[in-house]
Amino acid sequence: MPAALEISSLQKTYANGFEALKGIDLNVQEGDFYALLGPNGAGKSTTIGIVSSLVSKSGGKVRICGIDIDDDFSLAKKQIGIVPQEFNFNVFEKAEDVLIHQAGYYGIPIGLARQRAVYYLEKLGIADKQHVQMRMLSGGMKRRLMIARAIIHEPRVLILDEPTAGVDIEMRRSMYEFLRETNEEGRTIILTTHYLEEAEMLCRNVAIINHGKIVTRGSIKDLLRDLNSETFLLDTQDALPSGIEVPGFALRQVEPQCLEVDLAKGQDLAQVFTALSGAGVTVVSMRNKENRLERMFVNVLEGAS
Amino acid sequence: MSAYEQWIAFLTIMRKEVRRYLRIWTQTLLPSAITMSLYFLIFGTLIGKRIGTMGGVSYMEFVVPGLIMMAIITNTYANVVGSFFGAKFNNSVEELLVSPTPNYVIVLGYVAGGVSRGILVSIIVTSVALFFTKLDIYNWFVVISVVALTSVAFSLCGLINAVFANTFDDVNIVPTFILTPLTYLGGVFYSLDLLPDFWAGVSQINPLVYVVNAFRYGVLGVSDVDITVSFTMLIGLTVVAFAYAMHLLSTGTRLRT
Repeated sequence: MPAALEISSLQKTYANGFEALKGIDLNVQEGDFYALLGPNGAGKSTTIGIVSSLVSKSGGKVRICGIDIDDDFSLAKKQIGIVPQEFNFNVFEKAEDVLIHQAGYYGIPIGLARQRAVYYLEKLGIADKQHVQMRMLSGGMKRRLMIARAIIHEPRVLILDEPTAGVDIEMRRSMYEFLRETNEEGRTIILTTHYLEEAEMLCRNVAIINHGKIVTRGSIKDLLRDLNSETFLLDTQDALPSGIEVPGFALRQVEPQCLEVDLAKGQDLAQVFTALSGAGVTVVSMRNKENRLERMFVNVLEGAS
Repeated sequence: MSAYEQWIAFLTIMRKEVRRYLRIWTQTLLPSAITMSLYFLIFGTLIGKRIGTMGGVSYMEFVVPGLIMMAIITNTYANVVGSFFGAKFNNSVEELLVSPTPNYVIVLGYVAGGVSRGILVSIIVTSVALFFTKLDIYNWFVVISVVALTSVAFSLCGLINAVFANTFDDVNIVPTFILTPLTYLGGVFYSLDLLPDFWAGVSQINPLVYVVNAFRYGVLGVSDVDITVSFTMLIGLTVVAFAYAMHLLSTGTRLRT
């Protein structure tokens, strides 16, 4: 089975000489839930722009479901649905019309387009907005409508460029649920996001792009396994005694009833609990100080710079 | 895309365009009816009576074809330039650009929208004109051909303008500073015979002279210029404008980066 998205030596140099992509390679297997991460200006949106035809490449190859965009871009475009970062619709159109028009551009007859529009508006929880003009919708509703628009022609690959930016938690969770469901149905999903917990929660594989180059890629589980250290916050029942120490562990008291512990790879957190218990300290709760993928992300970028 | 899918894409763009200008009919259809009524009343009825005949027909009859053509030109151009630039401005043109719709279907879809508005406006203006004078069409083939070619040509010109426009000012520059003067100087209100030889010669390089006169020939059977030349110019303009619009979309000029 061909890869859902296969990119090799992709380059993009803009007219002003800025080199946005310096020969990236990417291979996303069919059915994957893939995260493309990177800081602002790293080249994520340029990559998506090239795949969607809004940006012309300077070099390299792109194959979508085995179709080379240089050979048959029209056929390749049918395989993908794009959810762009910025809102891009006519604000005076009604939600249903936005979907029906988009379906029409893919050659879907109006009757079927209307059926699908109703179905996806329902699935994304905005069925009651069917006849409402786009300008009347909230930011979160517009985001969900953009997902419905991208999927209306039922593509094999769905590419989302920061789909949850500015979306409240409840709405974000319902979007996650929809994306998981559509991925389980066999659709490949490629996601760029700044919410790293989102990528960790949803995606199986990840590539990190920085300064137009892929700096690391692989399964999220494997990459997280390679993390050298994690930091935990321990909340205690009573105020901590001064000068508390556990040999071999770096501890910092950040609040009267909160202790920060750095746990290196291979160290056992149980030793800390035992030592604290011995000192008469009762730990009532524990949490990761930062998202683990975020730690890995920062490590990778620091290592690359 | 199969031919059937392309047909659906074409119908989608055209339907979207038609619904757009019908939704805002007070801005797109009504002004032509009012403006042309005023022209008919002032130039045709009030001043026209004192002028008498021109080109062998009453002045009212003489101005009607030119005014219909003026309405067609301004409306087809305005429809496409406004709609396509609007889509560029709010980035909704990306909906089309990321789709598999071929460029020629995009061009034809927008042109069809412009042509439909041009035809609708011409029907409205003609209906208004019938309150002021009778119209016996001299040659239906010429009338229909000229309306069709003019609508297509100026819709294409509007599309080209929209591709290059960066601001709403850019959208208005051509209609205000080029199209309107050329139309007024294109023999809508006078016969070229009235002009001194020098200005009559200068008028020969105004393409709208040929458009207006070809239509006038179709309606009244009178023309200041050879209508074969008019048809050649109109067909030439249409072909060149279509080729250029296709070139702009194929290269992604001002649309893709």
